[in-house]
Amino acid sequence: MADTPKLVLPDIPGLRNIETYIAHGGYRDAIGKAYSMAPTAVTDEVKKSGLRGRGGAAFPTGLKWSFMPKTNEKKKYLLINGDESEPGSFKDRQIFEFNPHQLIEGILIASYAMQIDHAYIYIRGEYGYWVKMVEKAVADAYAKGFIGPRMKENFRPSGDGVEFSVDITVHKGAGAYIVGEEMAMMSSLEGGRGLPRIKPPFPAQSGLWGMPTTINNIETMASVPPIMKMGGEAYSKIGDPKHPGTLLFGVSGHVNRPGVYELPTGTLLTDVINVHAGGVPNGKKIKMVIPGGSSMPPLRGEQLEGVKMDAENLKAAGSSIGTAGVMVMDEDTDIIHVLTRIAKFYWHESCGQCTPCREGTGWLLKLLQRFDAGEAMASDIDLLHDVAFNIEGRTICALGEAAAWPVRFTVERFREEFEKRVKPGLTVESPNRVHSLRKGGLDIVQVHVPVVERV
Amino acid sequence: MPIFSEQEVQEFAELQKRYGAPAATVLPVLWRIQEKMGWIDDSAMEEAAAICQVPKSHIQGVVSFYTMFFDKPMGRFHVQVCTNVSCMLHGSEKLYNDVKGKLGIPNHGRTEDGMFSLEEVECMGACGGAPMMAVNERFYEKISTDEAFTIIDQVGASGNLPTPKFFSQLPELSEATNR
Repeated sequence: MADTPKLVLPDIPGLRNIETYIAHGGYRDAIGKAYSMAPTAVTDEVKKSGLRGRGGAAFPTGLKWSFMPKTNEKKKYLLINGDESEPGSFKDRQIFEFNPHQLIEGILIASYAMQIDHAYIYIRGEYGYWVKMVEKAVADAYAKGFIGPRMKENFRPSGDGVEFSVDITVHKGAGAYIVGEEMAMMSSLEGGRGLPRIKPPFPAQSGLWGMPTTINNIETMASVPPIMKMGGEAYSKIGDPKHPGTLLFGVSGHVNRPGVYELPTGTLLTDVINVHAGGVPNGKKIKMVIPGGSSMPPLRGEQLEGVKMDAENLKAAGSSIGTAGVMVMDEDTDIIHVLTRIAKFYWHESCGQCTPCREGTGWLLKLLQRFDAGEAMASDIDLLHDVAFNIEGRTICALGEAAAWPVRFTVERFREEFEKRVKPGLTVESPNRVHSLRKGGLDIVQVHVPVVERV
Repeated sequence: MPIFSEQEVQEFAELQKRYGAPAATVLPVLWRIQEKMGWIDDSAMEEAAAICQVPKSHIQGVVSFYTMFFDKPMGRFHVQVCTNVSCMLHGSEKLYNDVKGKLGIPNHGRTEDGMFSLEEVECMGACGGAPMMAVNERFYEKISTDEAFTIIDQVGASGNLPTPKFFSQLPELSEATNR
């Protein structure tokens, strides 16, 4: 696989040390080129590259940057999302560990393009060690004058460039999946509970402390220096034209070599699993693959042939790229048990603001636990689908979809698995009797609903 | 007795200048309290509230929201086993139950000597190294039940965390035991 470009995680030993990074053209080639251009020209170059966000929504990065106001009346903030809590996703950790300075250089370039005053790197609390690594990298870069007021001595703008400096602060989270949602992350950074907020206003108008803010993923930022070095045009030719560049695929589950693989977008899913991750142990067949972290719709083993790993192609195949965390499950896997575990996660992580999500995730879990125990009724299959369907699109943030999608699509694609778990003969006379009698004017306390004994 | 010296309070004031409002240091202040005390008690919350210029109720809300902040005493070594999907596919449910049996404490429980506490955690971002167990901040990946027991025995005997099999972290970083 020598021909696949390694842009974010190159095979250079010791790259995490600032001296090694500098020796390989770090803090010079990419940022120097950015500095020779006007800030808006840097944004245009990123637009030209076709770079799309790596955090799950695959939103065009250059377009996002262009939403920021061009004037400097208000303070402007950049928030880098390193919360990475999606089950099956473990790519950002590799960047913290192996190439933190490229991340910092990417932040500097983005900050220059948007004329940011202060950038924050928010890293999840569980990554305590990695927080220290990034803090060390930031401190080293400060000491060399690559960040902060001394930037003005180090980087002399040429051509259209303007003089500029930015500060970077590393902020450690404390264990909450929901903080990975951009609006919740702002609530958390401001020192509160990580509760998502309603959009609009969008962060570019009113973000951190009411100031214009842009939120980008760690991997997105680390992809910026290569774009500046090679030019947007060349970058847009790597991988799939509609979603160009390289992705960090985190492959886990039933594969021989689980790990993070940097591959161009548009790589075949079967190649990611069989060639790079070494295939399924003992030559077993694949039953299910979740291609983008646990919140994305799962694919059946028979569906995988010809599926390409990029935003558009995966959408066409009936799933979503998400964070490119590929979870592989072999033919012996108990799908219901897996799904119950996924539902438990979203039930645990729902912040509780919106009723459909707070209550719905609990319903999903309880229903799935019935299936897991083999105590479900035939009508529970449709009830499960119905509950999932009624969460989607009715919540402030995307956690509603994240909880509902895996359940809804698993019911649709693996219905036979659910049918196997139905206990024959188990029925409730009239599940909606309370409602039907209420219409007749009866007091709710007078209604007797027969309860089926569950063993 | 206040937890923080005047100098430390001054350091927080410096840190607050890096944010748009003093309340943004709630998480950093609470982390420091937990590093020093092991958990966040009532008086500590009051102190944090004063430093961050927020009501105490706000601090209580934050402590109860985030899973990594403890509002009761936990063990010196906090053992965490992930049972989310990628780890589950590699048998982490058995690993968790084995570790639970060895320590003899329930989820979120603490051993009588105050040495260990246990938590069944959600995805820690080590899916490629499944199954995993974390002790404080240190990740032990691709471990068997026997290896997990050995680690717990070593920690119990020496009070130090052994080096993981897959250890790529910077050696010069200071050892953090969270306590």
